[in-house]
Amino acid sequence: MFKRLNLLAVPAVLVFLILAPIGQGNYMVYSLSSWLIFVIAAMGLNLTLGYAGQISLAQASFMGIGAYTTALLTMTGWPWILAMLIGVALCFVVGLLLGFPALKVKGHFLAFVTLAFNTLFFLVARNEDWLTGGTYGITGIKRPSLLFLATSKPLPFYYFTLFVFVIAALLLWGIVRSPWGRAFKALRENPIRAESLGLDTRRITLLAFAIGSAYGGLAGGLIAPLVQYIEPGSFALGHSLRILLMVVVGGAGFFFGPLLGAAVVILLPEALRFTEGYYLIIYAVVVIALMVYCPTGLMGLGHRILDKIRPRYQVRGDMKQGSQL
Amino acid sequence: MAQFFQVLLSGLSTGSIYALAAIGFVLVWQTAQTVNFAQGEFVMLPAFFVLAGVHVLGLPLWGALLLGLAASVFVLGFLFKRMIVEPMSKSTGLPLIIATMALSILLKESAKQFYAAEAQPFPSLFPQSTFNVAGAVFSIQDVLNLLVSLAVVVALTLFLDRTKTGRSMQATAQNPGVAEILGIDIKRMTLYTFLINATLAALASFLISPIYLAKFSSGESLGLIAFIAAIVGGFNQIRGALAGGLLIGVLDNLTATYVTAQYRAAVPLVLLVIIILFRPEGLLGTSEGRKV
Repeated sequence: MFKRLNLLAVPAVLVFLILAPIGQGNYMVYSLSSWLIFVIAAMGLNLTLGYAGQISLAQASFMGIGAYTTALLTMTGWPWILAMLIGVALCFVVGLLLGFPALKVKGHFLAFVTLAFNTLFFLVARNEDWLTGGTYGITGIKRPSLLFLATSKPLPFYYFTLFVFVIAALLLWGIVRSPWGRAFKALRENPIRAESLGLDTRRITLLAFAIGSAYGGLAGGLIAPLVQYIEPGSFALGHSLRILLMVVVGGAGFFFGPLLGAAVVILLPEALRFTEGYYLIIYAVVVIALMVYCPTGLMGLGHRILDKIRPRYQVRGDMKQGSQL
Repeated sequence: MAQFFQVLLSGLSTGSIYALAAIGFVLVWQTAQTVNFAQGEFVMLPAFFVLAGVHVLGLPLWGALLLGLAASVFVLGFLFKRMIVEPMSKSTGLPLIIATMALSILLKESAKQFYAAEAQPFPSLFPQSTFNVAGAVFSIQDVLNLLVSLAVVVALTLFLDRTKTGRSMQATAQNPGVAEILGIDIKRMTLYTFLINATLAALASFLISPIYLAKFSSGESLGLIAFIAAIVGGFNQIRGALAGGLLIGVLDNLTATYVTAQYRAAVPLVLLVIIILFRPEGLLGTSEGRKV
């Protein structure tokens, strides 16, 4: 069912993403770019959370590592692509270093270690002025120019982001469908059986976390030239929680979940802005209600409704999760 | 040396208040198997109930404190359990964790929107005077904070170990299935745990707000510290949470005075990482064994 659905959904989403910014104002195009960037970060976290079943609360700090690396290197004259790749590699390595001890013990320890890491990152970024500019941050980050395409205007930058997003999504799609990715899924569905089948679950979890972190770095490498200004506050713990919300609200473990989740988390506050001071209150109530009544997120809700409309595509009860991926 | 003892006492005093929040955290963790990300806001909110009692309803301080306690137990204990935790008991842990994160936003924004965005002075419960011992100046408030918190912890431990209800609560936390077979009303025991957590949070709030003021955003750091105190001490032990709270309070004050104020907030975090690396069950905790 879902293969057939994807055959229609993927081109539809792509066409929507290409057409979305046309005729919109600069602010809207900017918001759309920022949405795509957060989707990349959320896709990475989705790999860690939805596929490998580990909570990471450091995705914002990985965005920070990517953003600071990209900003500092491009300002000394490096091309964006190299600077970004170094940021991504750095995140991958930091992910391995953080995950290695934390995953030695079972339970929620990765969540705790990443939580501490995000707070530490914020403190270092704020206090080490010589490198990061402290609370004033870094201003005047250049936008990349690739061959004939200058991205200093909002619309070209949007398409540049979209291009990177599509590549990142294809790469993730490949990872999830490779034997490797199947191991991720096996791990999530039944860790004990996966282990019995000879999978080194700890190594796979660690890899999932490191790759997820690298996606955070990629998102950071894009947000720095988009905003052209970075400061520690943009990578604080609260933003990690927001990215986590995106994954869970969209539906953890659904490939397109982050796309929807990020839209809700970023756009809903905008849509509720007319309520002034109350918008975060309403927003929090909506999230709680969603979690109480539909813990599989919006994608899960959508699938539930679809299943009611088209019962002939009923999937096997014991494979509800597995067959979707 | 005199300064050292002053710093030590005020560290123990705030540490014992952190411990109250950390113990509530541990109780909820044991019973509901969930990490309550709103615990910091649970400590922030009761102070605002009291302020509303004093400034809006015009109650005397003791009346407002009673009202604040009752409101906290009802909202943070009963409603939290009934409206959020109970309907989600069937799903896996993650949605509940996310729901508590959203709840923390809800409580924070509500306090900001319905009371005030600025830090509010909170009436002190104890006399503000000081006394001298061997050249060191100690404040009565610090001493009484420490004594009250320790008394609460002792009372709670006695309740859990010596009374039938307390032992039933422990049984429910350890193995709900067997507890139910033995005729324990596990739903009621779980509810008690949430009520106790709310009470502890309210007491912590009343003790800490005179020192740090009542502010809608103060829950962020308080929650993190309670959380770290619980892990450092041992996530399955009440005395562990107490030790963790005291340790963090003291270390925090010592670092701020003698080493660096800039990286003061990093101390509990570094402690957390060291503990997870070398003693993941916590200082006083016992290993839970492998869960299948």
